[in-house]
Amino acid sequence: MSETSLPPTERAPGAQPSLSRRSFLNLAGVGAGAAVAVGGRSALAAPATGEPDPNIVPVPEWTKTLGAPVNENPYGKPSVFEKDVVRREVTWLTASSQSSVSFTPLYALDSVITPNGLCFVRHHGGQAEIDPDKYRLMIHGMVDKPLVFTLEDIKRMPGRVNRAYFLECAANSGMEWRGAQLNGCQFTHGMIHNLFYTGVPLKTLLDMAGVNPKGKWVLAEGADAAVMTRSIPLEKAMNDCLVAFAMNGEALRPEQGYPVRLVVPGWEGNMWVKWLRRLKVGDQPWQQREETSKYTDLLADGRSRRFTFVMDAKSVVTSPSPQAPLKRKGPNVLSGIAWSGRGTITRVDVSLDGGRNWTTARLDGPAMPMSMTRFYLDFDWAGQELMVQSRAMDDTGYVQPTKQELRAVRGTNSIYHNNGIQTWLVRSNGETENVEVG
Amino acid sequence: MLKSAEKILAAAVLAGVLAATGIAIADPQPAPGKAVAAKGETDKARQAVNVPAPAAAPAPAAKPIALGRPALAEEITAWNTDVRADGEGLPPGKGSVKEGEELFLQNCAQCHGEFGEGAGRWPVLAGGRGTLKSERPEKTIGSFWPYASTVYDYVHRAMPFGSNMTLSADQTYAIVAYLLNLNDLVPEDYVLSKDNFPKVDLPNEANFFDDDRETSEKAFWKKDPCMKECSGEVHVTARAQILNVTPDGEAPKGNLE
Repeated sequence: MSETSLPPTERAPGAQPSLSRRSFLNLAGVGAGAAVAVGGRSALAAPATGEPDPNIVPVPEWTKTLGAPVNENPYGKPSVFEKDVVRREVTWLTASSQSSVSFTPLYALDSVITPNGLCFVRHHGGQAEIDPDKYRLMIHGMVDKPLVFTLEDIKRMPGRVNRAYFLECAANSGMEWRGAQLNGCQFTHGMIHNLFYTGVPLKTLLDMAGVNPKGKWVLAEGADAAVMTRSIPLEKAMNDCLVAFAMNGEALRPEQGYPVRLVVPGWEGNMWVKWLRRLKVGDQPWQQREETSKYTDLLADGRSRRFTFVMDAKSVVTSPSPQAPLKRKGPNVLSGIAWSGRGTITRVDVSLDGGRNWTTARLDGPAMPMSMTRFYLDFDWAGQELMVQSRAMDDTGYVQPTKQELRAVRGTNSIYHNNGIQTWLVRSNGETENVEVG
Repeated sequence: MLKSAEKILAAAVLAGVLAATGIAIADPQPAPGKAVAAKGETDKARQAVNVPAPAAAPAPAAKPIALGRPALAEEITAWNTDVRADGEGLPPGKGSVKEGEELFLQNCAQCHGEFGEGAGRWPVLAGGRGTLKSERPEKTIGSFWPYASTVYDYVHRAMPFGSNMTLSADQTYAIVAYLLNLNDLVPEDYVLSKDNFPKVDLPNEANFFDDDRETSEKAFWKKDPCMKECSGEVHVTARAQILNVTPDGEAPKGNLE
């Protein structure tokens, strides 16, 4: 902390519990379901007693002291009061921290674009550190001219585009197939982020190499120690895939594949190969480990669905949620996110009674195909118990199913593609839990 | 310089963004003589909302883009290590179950167990037959994986974890032979090679089928989902806190691999 940063204000005894993000986070903890103070004194800004608000009288220190200089943090950091808004790991989920996942703190975020430093991270062999001058991308296989590109080549390529897309890991909510497990949307739904990518259409590069008419699939390979590989249908590769070098306007973060990653809109995150080094055109899929032994969906009858690339429509209420409990009776803003790999979110309904009755939520901000959409429901809370759910719909007419509906057709062994409706139980004290209802 | 249509579009997008923050901006200057958006402008507007952009690719008549260079044969060889289910990509070489056992004990057993039974949370590689319909399926090479080629491809490329790309072709053949033997798929005296590899079939191959959600889950495309009195009384049936598997709590085995 810099010497010019100010400590949090001391609160006078008997003062209102703060509504600040900081104390909210301290109370919420990490999925601890900590109880919060609700009711009692009114949440109005001005105390009814007529005593002046100590945050107004006397004038706060920060108003009477020079602040930090302009370049205190040459890159920039969030407020010290936001220090708890970070990615988090669930260490017992995986065998090693190099082949693991760190989750997006969805409960603390708003709007539709995920900040670069908070995007969930999934590696299979740790984070590769690639010198951009030594970066090479090779295209070969069933092409007329096998080619090698440098990063500079890609950045000089005509036809650069900007596109906003969500990236969801196929295993997002995978721990919840057999019942409610993890207490917080960061952990149940946090393997997703939504970014503006800058790059060139994959089609441009494939056209330069000249794809053989018999070519039907593209193998994408990463340069990390997992040498991640996935087979992608050529039709998808030529349609909307991007070779991206920037996220939200800056160079890709190393953990997101610096300097170049593949963007495969609407399809499962594992296919978005990071540290992209090779594209090979072929006439059949390669049946790689991540499309056979993993990322296939085992059904109740023992058979397995493969090449389940598309991420179906899904949504989750991010507030209230276990890490973001309700703090006050009266006006409250229920907030959440919805997305569909099949197209654009057209509607989100919210239920406060476990799915018996639904109200259509308000979508705000851009609703773009294969991009995260924000929804709100402004409501008054009288302190009654709530069973909060959200239900997304997309422009293909797909309606997000309940967990029961999903289990009825798939069983509970799928691991991947769990897009069932989430329920949060809000108790009368505001404490919020991950529950299943029936 | 931006074309006027692009200017209008950029301003319109910005206006939309700013409108939400309550910041007013002036109307963009309309392009002269263009009261109605031409088709080109419509296309550009569509691009702005993530529609695939064929216009972004070079026009058919455009001259070739002078970027990149031909890949040399030895460069392709160096990176072209993938192996397909039909055996394409397998290098010359061979290895026996016996050689594989020794290599496996040295390089793999600390995570996967001496007999592929798995240590800690690392993947189980052998056994598990007949468990796929059970409550706790064990997805091993013998019980689940559809193709033996995947084992060669993956081991040669990404294993051993922490020292990948150190195994020769012969060593990889030997380790795959040992894994197949652990799964009772080849006898103890088996020698695996490029030639006999395609003959190795894994028992679960026939149980994989392509994505059919659009037909098998057609019921999820419902026009008018119920809005009022959609069910009887709703009760909580399970709570995450009771299961007590939140981070920082007790740590049972997870199922994310």
